[in-house]
Amino acid sequence: MADLTSNFIGIKSPNPFWLASAPPTDKEYNVRRAFDAGWGGVVWKTLGSEGPPIVNVSGPRYGAIWGADRRLLGLNNIELITDRPLQVNLDEIRRVKKDYPDRALVISLMVPCDEESWKDILMRIEDTGADGVELNFGCPHGMAERGMGSAVGQVPEYIEMVTAWVKHYSKMPCIVKLTPNVTSILPPAMAAKRGGADAVSLINTIKSVTNVDLDTFSPFPMIDGKGSHGGYCGPAVKPIALNMVGEIARHPETRGMPISGIGGVTTWRDAAEFMAMGSGNVQVCTAAMTYGFKIVQEMISGLSQYLDEKNMRLDQLVGRAVPNFVEWQDLNLNYVTKAHIDQDACISCGRCYAACEDTSHQAIAMSPDRVFTVKDEECVACNLCVNVCPVENCITMVEMPKGATDPRTGRVVSDYANWTTHPNNPMARAAE
Amino acid sequence: MSNSPLTPGVVPGRLPAETIARNFGDHEAPLDAHEARVAADRCYFCHDAPCMTACPTGIDIPLFIRQIATGTPEAAAKTILGQNILGGMCARVCPTETLCEEVCVREVAEGKPVEIGRLQRFATDTLMAKGVHPFTRGAATGRKVAVVGAGPAGLAAAHRLAMKGHDVVIFDARPKAGGLNEYGIAQYKSTNDFAQAEVEWLLKIGGITIKTGVALGAGVTLAELQASHDAVFLGMGLAGVNALRAPGEDMAGVRPAVDFIAELRQAKDKSVLPIGRDVVVIGGGMTAVDAAVQSRLLGAQNVTIVYRRGQEKMSASGYEQEHATSAGVRIVTNASPVAVHQAGSALEVEFAYTVDGPDGMKPTGETFRLRADQVFKAIGQTLSGAPEGLALAGGKIAVTGAGRTSVPGVWAGGDCAAGGEDLTVTAVAEGRDAAEDIHAALMARQ
Repeated sequence: MADLTSNFIGIKSPNPFWLASAPPTDKEYNVRRAFDAGWGGVVWKTLGSEGPPIVNVSGPRYGAIWGADRRLLGLNNIELITDRPLQVNLDEIRRVKKDYPDRALVISLMVPCDEESWKDILMRIEDTGADGVELNFGCPHGMAERGMGSAVGQVPEYIEMVTAWVKHYSKMPCIVKLTPNVTSILPPAMAAKRGGADAVSLINTIKSVTNVDLDTFSPFPMIDGKGSHGGYCGPAVKPIALNMVGEIARHPETRGMPISGIGGVTTWRDAAEFMAMGSGNVQVCTAAMTYGFKIVQEMISGLSQYLDEKNMRLDQLVGRAVPNFVEWQDLNLNYVTKAHIDQDACISCGRCYAACEDTSHQAIAMSPDRVFTVKDEECVACNLCVNVCPVENCITMVEMPKGATDPRTGRVVSDYANWTTHPNNPMARAAE
Repeated sequence: MSNSPLTPGVVPGRLPAETIARNFGDHEAPLDAHEARVAADRCYFCHDAPCMTACPTGIDIPLFIRQIATGTPEAAAKTILGQNILGGMCARVCPTETLCEEVCVREVAEGKPVEIGRLQRFATDTLMAKGVHPFTRGAATGRKVAVVGAGPAGLAAAHRLAMKGHDVVIFDARPKAGGLNEYGIAQYKSTNDFAQAEVEWLLKIGGITIKTGVALGAGVTLAELQASHDAVFLGMGLAGVNALRAPGEDMAGVRPAVDFIAELRQAKDKSVLPIGRDVVVIGGGMTAVDAAVQSRLLGAQNVTIVYRRGQEKMSASGYEQEHATSAGVRIVTNASPVAVHQAGSALEVEFAYTVDGPDGMKPTGETFRLRADQVFKAIGQTLSGAPEGLALAGGKIAVTGAGRTSVPGVWAGGDCAAGGEDLTVTAVAEGRDAAEDIHAALMARQ
């Protein structure tokens, strides 16, 4: 069995699966259950300043998107940071860390954007024994209206300033949690780095409304007939998160900065993908909220099996896909594939035909007896037929060998060449 | 009552009354809303879907399933009923395993089709439970059409004609409308008096009058109908029963399976129905299966279906055969009835084993006898009392196009008309198409 021991910015854990700062990590009872179930680490639900605790709504805090059989695909929440007294949280953190010394325990923080508030909270948590802090610059609902959470994460200067305060007043490793509610994830990540952050974690949730009740015309989640946007998470957000993680991992200015990957991690496979895209570990929330803490067992066994099969160490997986994550202009325009339909696997549903004929390139022929074949002279290899085919691997993209002639363009398949040198590109540079 | 499956003779109450009541409940439970959405999600929404082509009434199956999946079963029902006004009954009785579900790409791929029949029932039941009739009559045309037979063909024709604005009178020989839906299919396929509920729902279109207890040659003649109506549609089914042509056939205890099935359907309390300890059903179709299975459900100890040819020739589908055997019915094939003998207080049916070769079916010379308190004949029905002057083909009313008979102004469809499979769904399609043709003819005549 592969060694899953993780060392993320000096914080050790028996595996790279942490629970993200969220409802599941709100209190001692839950966190003990999580550690007992096998989670490698926990980011304690966000603490705020000393004073009267935050108040949450007493109606629905969540909205959801479902697939068939009510498989939960996306979750939206309007819960705020912890609504329990600061000292209660601190006492619990101390007790839990003492009983689970081998697990990672990081504390998420969100206080007003002034130096005193941060200095104060850091002093309060210094002696809990926690392994590090995560700065919540991500939550897009509720707290953002009060100038915290994503309101900070959307202003790189604030990120840099607060991060610098934290590094100044605390020796603890500092993770900056980023909001995806920005036009580019790079400026916030760069700001965190400039401020001295040891790592970034992303993504926090995405501003969202899950649905509108068509009888009451209330957006969801609904409180007394009204709805406000929440934060979206779960399997549906994974593609957005993977891109943002990859963008940070590959950019010259942020490359090498440790990343804790978050966003729809549901299975070991999702976790492995995040790590290949540059995450040193992953944080999970929605999957645990959907299925309970036991899922970590599948994540552990799955990742171990994968690493064993690949004869790879965990640290060799991290970042392995990053060199292959490029800009569009770097893609090989001389790479030519054609869709191929495996007639033995085909069940003749005709979805590829409908998709191609109605919405794409009219590159699939249908015979009277429902045999579907690709017209190579029309196929642009868009992959839509592969995506809509209900049978896995029935339609595949077959690469044309160099020297062959593409029947669609009449051009011979040749060596790598991209847009930057393409004759149609007015900005083309001469090939070197 | 202390009768059991072992009690000799023909007696009622071989099983406890509650067991019998349960036995005759829904053979297949209806889907609930969540099950329906899960089942609907399995549909791939095929392009030019094979299921749709296989449906004799051409229902847009992928569309109605998508309408269920998106939470609008009422819209789904309208998609179904627009093509097949008896979509509710067809959802229950169609041999979907040889029609839509047989060609479902998921049946081909996985051996597990989308449950089209059950989904259709979910949609139509939802709409009918709301008491909604989603069609309205067109402007009155002043034309009158007579429909003979209130079975699937006649009802479908009448509804379509009424929709077009014609006035329709349906004549039926039986006391209740519905035809085989009411008298001819197994109880567990049509529970809670569904056939009557469906007729009542269908009549909400308006413009249709039903006269029961009237048959051609018994109360009315074709000539009279032609004289008093602008068009006539014949959909009276097959009232005659094929004979075994074996000595002893007329002995007490030997009767048509359709009579047994009709009697069973009409009995409110099945536990008072007498059934034999040993029952022999002769035939290989759905009627044979329905009679045999229901005999078992009433508590008969030994029920045997005997079919003269090989199993592959049985017109009951594999699914129906399996249903019979799982109900404890024994199926004997390649055995042809030779004679019925008296054997004490019971009967014995003598069969000859047969071989079915290229030169036809021949007896092997070996015979055997089966003990029987009751013998049900299920070897097909025939047209009886066809009006004079109508050309026949293969013992049925000859038709061309959309049910046109040899007599102008007279159309026919359903089991009494030549061609087509004798299925409820086929009868509905023929009735509907004849109605469209009648409408075109009547409107062209103005």
